[in-house]
Amino acid sequence: MNTIINFFFAAVRSGTPLLFGTTGEILTQKSGSLNLGVEGLMYMGAFAGFFVAYKTGNLLLALLGAFLFGVLGALVYAFLTVTLQANQNVTGLALTIFGTGVAQMLGFWMIQSNDGLKPIVNDSMMRQISDSGIPYLRDIPVIGKMFFSYNVLVYLALIIAVLVWFYLNKTRAGLNVCAVGENPAAADASGLAINRIKYVNIMIGGGICGLGGAYISLINGIGNWDNNCVSGQGWISVALVIFAAWNPAKAILGSLLFGAFTALQIRAADFAAEFSFLSFMTKIPSAVYQMLPFVITAVILIISSIRQKKEGNQPAACGINYYREER
Amino acid sequence: MKKRESIIHISKRPPLSNWKMATYYGLAILCAVLISSLFVILTGTDIVKFYQFVIDGSFKSDLSMRGLVRNILPLLITSLGVAVAFKMKFWNIGAEGQLIMGAVGATFVAFTFPNLPHGLLILLMALAGILAGGIWGLLVAFFNCKFGTNETLLTLMLNYVALYIVQWLRDGPWRDPAAKGFQKIPSLPKNAWLDQVGGIDITWIIALGLVVLLFVYFKYTKQGYEISVVGDSKGTAHYAGMNVNGIVMRTVFISAAICGLAGMLHVSGDATTHQLTMGVANGVGFTAIIVAWLAKLNPFGVLVVSFFFGLLEKSSGAIESGLHLSKAFTDVYQGIILFVILGFDFFIRYRVSLRLGSKKKNKELKGEAEQ
Repeated sequence: MNTIINFFFAAVRSGTPLLFGTTGEILTQKSGSLNLGVEGLMYMGAFAGFFVAYKTGNLLLALLGAFLFGVLGALVYAFLTVTLQANQNVTGLALTIFGTGVAQMLGFWMIQSNDGLKPIVNDSMMRQISDSGIPYLRDIPVIGKMFFSYNVLVYLALIIAVLVWFYLNKTRAGLNVCAVGENPAAADASGLAINRIKYVNIMIGGGICGLGGAYISLINGIGNWDNNCVSGQGWISVALVIFAAWNPAKAILGSLLFGAFTALQIRAADFAAEFSFLSFMTKIPSAVYQMLPFVITAVILIISSIRQKKEGNQPAACGINYYREER
Repeated sequence: MKKRESIIHISKRPPLSNWKMATYYGLAILCAVLISSLFVILTGTDIVKFYQFVIDGSFKSDLSMRGLVRNILPLLITSLGVAVAFKMKFWNIGAEGQLIMGAVGATFVAFTFPNLPHGLLILLMALAGILAGGIWGLLVAFFNCKFGTNETLLTLMLNYVALYIVQWLRDGPWRDPAAKGFQKIPSLPKNAWLDQVGGIDITWIIALGLVVLLFVYFKYTKQGYEISVVGDSKGTAHYAGMNVNGIVMRTVFISAAICGLAGMLHVSGDATTHQLTMGVANGVGFTAIIVAWLAKLNPFGVLVVSFFFGLLEKSSGAIESGLHLSKAFTDVYQGIILFVILGFDFFIRYRVSLRLGSKKKNKELKGEAEQ
């Protein structure tokens, strides 16, 4: 039993940064922009979040810093693709390269100005990012550990995902966003301010990705800065967007599943030790667990295109710039 | 419904003449270099020293020049591959995975038939690289043609599948038993190493040959013409009686095959390791997309752009140790250049005019329209 609870706990912790990245990217894609810069945005947020936490010891400021850095990165993307009509794929990739570079460059400088040692956040910061959970509720057996004993950011990610789901599905502003992503010409004709809607959603989406970066540098890194911390989690988030069928609520479950694959790499042995019928799990190479999110996503992409479902597909105008005179 | 008039008016430009285009691009590149240089100054680095290190890092000695060429080649070939698919507006983001699969294919042949005559073995490896890379791309093209599967996302996913295939091979089937402590794939047998011409393996001849070949292919062959028609409009191509799906699959196969060949040439030619590693592609597939785009998908342009990107990469080590500026700075530098040029592209495609003075005139026009 303990093995399963611990595994669930680890899966949630590994899945949370993905949930941030995915929620941010869903918001971006829903407004009609395929931003392949998630990895770069997460790197920028990872640095900003860590740096502020390191210097001020204040978690709220750190999260704000990460969010703002993400917004800034996304602003570059929005300006180039929305105002200047640049190709979205290329701009996104450039943002990934740029964001990764910026974070690693500033990280290098941070290490150098710390006499070549890895910077570590102070004790009070460590307490703020620890898995302290919700008082009283965390003491309930089983359920307490599984649901009420995480660090603040896990709950923040959940709240943001639910809020974005509510925004996109239940509010007028959110439905407008979907209209822009599906058919900008029609949305334009009905009087929506296309560019403003795109800008706002791309930037907020970027900010949320930045928060995911802060999660990685602060919580996955246990308060230690690592220059390669994000290492592909931005790309897994892009995959998860597809897996979640552009729905932030499904992204919560998806991130749990993808987080489980990460957790399995380390915990397969625990399972094998506890349940003898699971002993085959240690024989599965860790590469398989790492590959699974991408294989599953690829299969889902293919299947959903075969079934030609209208729902659960990429917004129709995603990836295509909108230029009024061409409609 | 009332709409406010914007002060800035944007309209599409007719295509510019080549000379004007070149002038605009010159301006864009100048601007990009200026802005990136500003960034160098912002980091508190001596700008003159920075560029000195960039030049020195690559041209100081024979050895560093060879290193420079070795840096450029995979990027050059992969960018050429990407350009083929991009010409057809097929967003092949999967060069990274195709390169990796090409390397895997070549390594497989080298491990399976290590004792074949050298020339035959190299030829077979190249063929395996081309096939493995090509099929990795063709897979996507097939689903795209048949069911309309999104090619950007699918190629992206396959990149990582390929990467973890290498990890699986490294940890399992191809694990080097001689290296006890850590997992690695053994180096290729000497028989599978590319020959050297002029101090560098023959990859450079193949790369230059490909540049010319693709230039001719795009410009003077029927297939090249078909690619541009399909790229402009699948409908038009269909009405003109072209077999659109066939063209798409053929083109994507060629694109991916070139990337696969780049992977084969990299493992077989790389003078230091001759080894398949997780870092065999190391982001080249992604940078290649940027290179191809900056070069406007022109093979000779690709040659020039990948030269400069290779130069930056090669010098990054010297810059880090000499100027205490992180290696990653070259990525930032590349990013800025790309941002600026992507932005400049807008002014090539669109005309921007201000309507500040003509408010009254607009009003009059509107009045007329309302009457």
